[in-house]
Amino acid sequence: MLGYIGRRILATIPVMAVVGLFVFSLLYFAPGDPAAIIAGDQATPDDVARIRATLGLDRPFLVRFWEWSWQILHGDLGTSIFTNLPVTTMIGQRVQPTVSLMLVTLVFAIVVAVPLGVVAAWKAGSLIDRLVMGLAVTGFSVPVFVVGYVLAYVFALELGWLPVQGYTPIEQGLWPWLSNLILPAVTLGLVYIALIARVTRATMLDVLQQDYVRTARAKGLAQGPVLFVHALKNAAVPIVTVIGIGIALLIGGAVVTETVFAIPGLGRLTVDAILRRDYPVIQGVVLLFSFVYVLVNLAIDLFYTVLDPRIRY
Amino acid sequence: MDRRTFLKGSAALGLAAPQLARPALAQGGKVLRFVPQANLANFDPIWGTQYVVRNAGTLVWDMLYGVDAQLKPQRQMVESEEVSGDKLTWTFRLRPGLKWHDGEPVLAKDVVASLTRWMARDPIGLMIRGIQDDLAATDDKTFRWRLKKPFPKLLYALGKTNAPMALMMPERIAKTDPFTQINEYVGSGPMKFVRNEWVPGARAVFETFTDYKPRDEPNSWLAGGKRMLVDRVEWVIMPDAATASAALQNGEVDWWENPISDLVPLLRKNSNLNVDIADPLGNVGSFRMNHLHPPFDNPKIRQAVMTAMSQEDYMRSIVGDDDSLWKKLPGFFTPGTPLYSEAGGGNVGKGDIKLGQKLLKEAGYKGEPVVCVVAQDQGITKAQGDITADLLKQMGFNVDFVATDWGTTGTRRASKAPPSQGGWNMFHTWHAGADCINPAGYPAVRASGEKAWFGWPDIPPVEAAIAEWFDAADPAAEKAAIDKVNAAAVEGVVYVPTGFFLGYQAWRKNVSGIVKGPIPFTWGVSKA
Repeated sequence: MLGYIGRRILATIPVMAVVGLFVFSLLYFAPGDPAAIIAGDQATPDDVARIRATLGLDRPFLVRFWEWSWQILHGDLGTSIFTNLPVTTMIGQRVQPTVSLMLVTLVFAIVVAVPLGVVAAWKAGSLIDRLVMGLAVTGFSVPVFVVGYVLAYVFALELGWLPVQGYTPIEQGLWPWLSNLILPAVTLGLVYIALIARVTRATMLDVLQQDYVRTARAKGLAQGPVLFVHALKNAAVPIVTVIGIGIALLIGGAVVTETVFAIPGLGRLTVDAILRRDYPVIQGVVLLFSFVYVLVNLAIDLFYTVLDPRIRY
Repeated sequence: MDRRTFLKGSAALGLAAPQLARPALAQGGKVLRFVPQANLANFDPIWGTQYVVRNAGTLVWDMLYGVDAQLKPQRQMVESEEVSGDKLTWTFRLRPGLKWHDGEPVLAKDVVASLTRWMARDPIGLMIRGIQDDLAATDDKTFRWRLKKPFPKLLYALGKTNAPMALMMPERIAKTDPFTQINEYVGSGPMKFVRNEWVPGARAVFETFTDYKPRDEPNSWLAGGKRMLVDRVEWVIMPDAATASAALQNGEVDWWENPISDLVPLLRKNSNLNVDIADPLGNVGSFRMNHLHPPFDNPKIRQAVMTAMSQEDYMRSIVGDDDSLWKKLPGFFTPGTPLYSEAGGGNVGKGDIKLGQKLLKEAGYKGEPVVCVVAQDQGITKAQGDITADLLKQMGFNVDFVATDWGTTGTRRASKAPPSQGGWNMFHTWHAGADCINPAGYPAVRASGEKAWFGWPDIPPVEAAIAEWFDAADPAAEKAAIDKVNAAAVEGVVYVPTGFFLGYQAWRKNVSGIVKGPIPFTWGVSKA
């Protein structure tokens, strides 16, 4: 097992190298010029050219790629063209809000979606099943920003229970932290609930037909233990897989959610950097996301062995 | 935990929530929460000339002079000035007691270094540098500026609002190359920048500088006493207008610099809010044609477009149905300001398509494609671009509509290559009205060919008239020169003004002292 983990971690190195080359090339060849944005609307073409030169953006591709790669190898993601702050500092400022949002969303989605999926499978074909599946379709269909605005209107503007926007670090208290995350997490979690609930239902439907479930029932086990202990554990591998894939969805969805709720997270950092062509920040964030995604996949692969002892690497 | 305990706890949590949900005030002081027009992505007002950087810069860095609401430069850091009889030597003395935020005294050598850096980046600064004989500190509080020829607009240049403004920095910072970003934000203005709380894209924080010595006069825009009536100003960056609107209504922020007009009716219904015009100098909409390449190298074709376009169409696309927010602009200078001119502007934005088509035919348009670059991520440019595309098609142009983002537009417009090789024929933008009150900070109206702004118009009568304005010694001579500028700029179509439009600002009623102006002036603003 340890050998497997080591090999998987080593395998991230070529993956990151390919991602790095791809992102750097894409940004190099993409139109747009940070110097023009920095210089502002009143600047002359000469001003823009001078700024481009001082930023080193007029140098050849290979020179710039080599310098960037060398920095990365030394653990330095570079400095933002715009803010003059190290990219690691900027990412550090934004990690907590995004991780908090993803965690709360994940917990909320799993706690809601898995029981819904189990109940829908148990009551397959019933009104409850149709209701759950209807909710799932709605969750998929309604855009995140629409859900966000509606929730903010009802729970912040009308009822005044929760803040409209912003983020409070957890160090300033559990409730202030959570109060800023409830609406965004519900907003972002609806799609995720829909996805997990549907997969849980489909998998459970299959498992509930298995002989060992029939045996459990024949032995007189109550419905709860049959569903949540015997059946759900055996249905867990595909559900966990979907949860893992969903983390990538969460990263994408966080961009919109963070914008709607003005949460200073990595999603907004990415969008701002792309719009301004802040190359070092874009490259740093994409590398980080790629690394996280590789690690999440590894964690899920390892979790399979816990859920199903037959799986061995 | 039994059921009753759980329900009691839940109810207590629910009751407490509304209070806890509001952001807590910083300990021991009044905090003004402000939603600026854009993200403060960098903080060097000389290196980067975006309006948002300038606006933040005025809090931290002070100026030698500042224009007041009558657009007249008034002393700010300067205590007195003397000009020699031949008007070639200016001697300035600084006010006593001025300090930098690090506690060091403001010295004349700091001012000299700051002016030197500013001149390298500012269009009018470059003109001054071109006629400068010497700029030097003569003692700690006095500096002397010797020129090779008189420059009547010197004090205006030092106090103007358009970026880059002549903001003063300590010598060690001001010696940074003007094309390289500074890394230390020490000024002598009324507020200090709290660098360790700066999260670009999310917030920027300023704290009152207790050693700041405001002038005795009442404040008026950049002039007079800049008295801070709050202890801390927090800029909360909100990229989404609906979120900013909700946050203002919910009391999570106090002041929103630029609510979009679609949301203004909603804000007006809220009894806790005030909504008013933000800047009486407004904005000038514009599209520019590339004078280097066909078909717009032909002045008659440019005139045909200017005649056929309807300013009303453009303005309604930007501000909607609120007629109080726009007016026709038969020229290039800001309405309501002393130099406003309509000279020669009779045909501007007439909206006469038939006349435009006739002029186009007479001009000999050969069907060349018109590459119209439109940034889709800026509401104003997108709205104008859609109108232009329709206009050009109606006139009979062969339109190549390039939908892109502002970052790409910024790069492409700098290209002098033919449109088919990555260049362009048209792009859209707008100018702050404060920049269009005279030619000093208005590169868009210049027509100096290769050295001119994007589009590179080469119209000698425009440049000659601008030179007259710079040399003009009295308001009548200035007005006469500007009339000539306007007429020549219309004749040669330096660019096409699409109209004059205003924007709103909104704030909560417990905030007072907010004034209309080209910059959201925070001094004099208090919060109950």
